[in-house]
Amino acid sequence: MRVSIFPGKPAQRRLIAVLAVVASAVAWGDEWASLRKDGVHDPRGPAVKILQEPEVALSKLTPDTAGNMVRWVQSLEKGEINPRANLRPDTKIRLYESDVLLNLKGGMPIVRFPHRQHTLWLDCTNCHDHLFKAEAGATKFSMLKILEGEQCGVCHGAVSFPLTECFRCHSVARPGDGKPRPSLPIAIPAGAVPPK
Amino acid sequence: MKFWCLVLLVPGLLAIAPPASAEYGDVVLNRRAEKEGVRPVIFPHWFHRIRFRCKVCHAELGFKMRVGSNDFKMSDIVEGRFCGACHNGEIAWAPDQCDLCHSGKRGLPTGIVGGHETGGPGRW
Repeated sequence: MRVSIFPGKPAQRRLIAVLAVVASAVAWGDEWASLRKDGVHDPRGPAVKILQEPEVALSKLTPDTAGNMVRWVQSLEKGEINPRANLRPDTKIRLYESDVLLNLKGGMPIVRFPHRQHTLWLDCTNCHDHLFKAEAGATKFSMLKILEGEQCGVCHGAVSFPLTECFRCHSVARPGDGKPRPSLPIAIPAGAVPPK
Repeated sequence: MKFWCLVLLVPGLLAIAPPASAEYGDVVLNRRAEKEGVRPVIFPHWFHRIRFRCKVCHAELGFKMRVGSNDFKMSDIVEGRFCGACHNGEIAWAPDQCDLCHSGKRGLPTGIVGGHETGGPGRW
């Protein structure tokens, strides 16, 4: 016997399927708004007829589920895009590869900060030393500050992947922490018994 | 009963769908534009990032990473500073193509738009 997750008669199931497809296409299909409808471009101005539409460029790149819906680092590493690293021939292009582990004592998983992916895009002076001291451990991090647009939040939450993506940074399980990683942060009410 | 719950889910999904919005990282620049009689500038990070790494503008050209903190005028651009390092008719269109950058709706305040999704007290 065929088992379906949808209840009801076959005709009802078909109706649900059709409605679901239509709804998802209408509601969620527009990953990239057209410039005419994005709320910031003047739809009566000449630019919307000339400028490149986000969908034209971004739909060809490695997809993501947040921000520009593009995995920008992966897209760069795969060669889907080849952005210039300098304008002036004498600019020194610096790539630095060490990883830094942060949040060693917090409750969330440890943060692994990869210098490599950051210096693919950025220069050392973009972060050091006005945002973060170069010496490891010398900067006190605060998630509240980050959420307010300071520290990592200067970029993350504004132009690079947003702060909804907790486990992209909090990516290293603590020693002895064998619990499976949730896909979303889960708030457990005070006094509740955590599931085993 | 279950059937009708599922049917009702459809308008529910429609209701919580995100409204069409600017692309993530789009910047509105309107410190001077409207006072000078032109539309605000919409700067798309996504478009520039495909062609240039962040460090080109934010290290070589000296753009500070805080919306509103870069105080420059059209005369700077025409003389080759800030946007004018590329928007010179050689790398990108020249500054006489006013409407291509000054393409925003009137009345928009300077700021970063495109939904950073946290909804917190951010000062981007």
